[in-house]
Amino acid sequence: MIVAEQKPLEEIYGFLNGARKVLIVGCKECVTVCQAGGEKEVGLLAAALSMKRRIEGGPPLEAVEMTVQRQCDPEYVQPLSGPAADCDMVISTACGVGVQFVAEHLKDKWVFPALNTRFGGGSVEQGIWEERCGFCGDCVLHLTGGICPIARCSKSLLNGPCGGSHDGKCEVSDDIPCGWQLIYDRLKALGRLDLLTEVQPPKSWRTARDGGPRKVVREDLKL
Amino acid sequence: MSEPAVKGASASELKSGSRLERLLGEGHFVVTAEVGPPKSSSSKGIKDNATLLKDCVDAINLTDNQTAIVRLSSIAAAVHVMSVGAEPIIQITCRDRNRIAIQSDLLGAYSLGIRNVLCLSGDHQVFGNHPEAKNVFDLDSLQLVRAVRDLRNGKFVNGEKCRFNPKMFVGAAANPFADPFEFRALRLAKKVTAGADFIQTQAVYDLDRFRAWMDAVRELGLHEKVKILAGVVPVKSVAALRYVSTVPGMRVPQELIERMAGAADQETEGIKICAETVAVLREIQGVAGVHIMAIAWEKTVPEIVRQAGLLPRPVPEAAV
Repeated sequence: MIVAEQKPLEEIYGFLNGARKVLIVGCKECVTVCQAGGEKEVGLLAAALSMKRRIEGGPPLEAVEMTVQRQCDPEYVQPLSGPAADCDMVISTACGVGVQFVAEHLKDKWVFPALNTRFGGGSVEQGIWEERCGFCGDCVLHLTGGICPIARCSKSLLNGPCGGSHDGKCEVSDDIPCGWQLIYDRLKALGRLDLLTEVQPPKSWRTARDGGPRKVVREDLKL
Repeated sequence: MSEPAVKGASASELKSGSRLERLLGEGHFVVTAEVGPPKSSSSKGIKDNATLLKDCVDAINLTDNQTAIVRLSSIAAAVHVMSVGAEPIIQITCRDRNRIAIQSDLLGAYSLGIRNVLCLSGDHQVFGNHPEAKNVFDLDSLQLVRAVRDLRNGKFVNGEKCRFNPKMFVGAAANPFADPFEFRALRLAKKVTAGADFIQTQAVYDLDRFRAWMDAVRELGLHEKVKILAGVVPVKSVAALRYVSTVPGMRVPQELIERMAGAADQETEGIKICAETVAVLREIQGVAGVHIMAIAWEKTVPEIVRQAGLLPRPVPEAAV
């Protein structure tokens, strides 16, 4: 899933800039799962912003709350038109994709992001999420024991590990496991160290973001 | 695969014709030294260091924005080194340039007379003075080795032909002290397969670990396919040595730290330890030379080489 986290309250409050009525839009998909922008977080944010306005003075803030099934889908953001109509501004608690779909739909409204979109990953334990996918567009997990060298090696090496691997840690930080140590251990356990003896050629990054904004077209699904 | 140049080899039998290649081919125990370019546009320090080192080492290795700190480029530094009559080895890292920029620099470097390249992944930029920078790592160090080798053979990374191809002597790094240890010799084998002609190792303090790695290297027959230069780094103080022992991928035995701590003059002891290490490395089968990395302490290199009994430096016999 997309893992995101809320921006500091000060920054979001700064977006208000004297607004009296704001629509705060949540999303029931990834950001609900990572507890950053679902219905519950929308409620908390609305309360926090209103309270801060009261404490700091100025006109009372009316925060309208609405959480849609998913913001990354035009069908689900259409119902926002009505509630947004008399609002001074819109705050989206979705990932960057959701914010853009909302902004595309509400053409005459300024839409602010309440979250920082972090990465493609998952929860490894309660309250901890880790990056797993580098979205390179050409998966190599079958060569690396199901551990992504693009996302999990700090240098995205395809022929790792580099000389900075020590005690299973990355040279960048002791908080980062060395992706290539993980790959080595897994392939060793599976009896497939032979996969590491081949020199992997330069990767085509054409399918990654380097090739420009990406698009998937499925002719079989088009109407 | 590396084919050692024989004594008196003609230019056509050499891969690059560099002095380094010729000396290694003739079986000399070579000595190279590292010079770090300055954080400025001044060439003075580089020229001074190259002048100081040119008669006591066989080639001078110029770092490429080492530890991710912006410095004068390794290619420009190499030109300054050549201007005083010494032979340069340029470092190229994968951190800052993609395959387009790297190949362009290889063409340019060769056109300026540079014949040796050391291919590195590069220290991550979080360690440097621009930790906010975006990194590249389009190629990794193995792919870079192959790219330099292929360019020597007239082929760009994309398979297109290159005329007036840059004939570089290709170096790569190996770290016998990093993990997983049992994979380190195999990774060296990959670098040899990719096209490495010579190897520079991470700094050796832990000779037992280095010997164990060389045993594995010899078992794979790699010492006959690639010239291995063992790295050494002299330290000025026990504090410096203690710091080195904390750097990821470095190992320093406790007894060495104690020896340094007990020395009356730590600078002198640091030079002595380094020279002794070089002398020991020279006796290890399969070690073809040493690479002295006395960053910001280049002036000690002549003394280290002298104490190690490696002066005077040989003159290659092979024609260029």
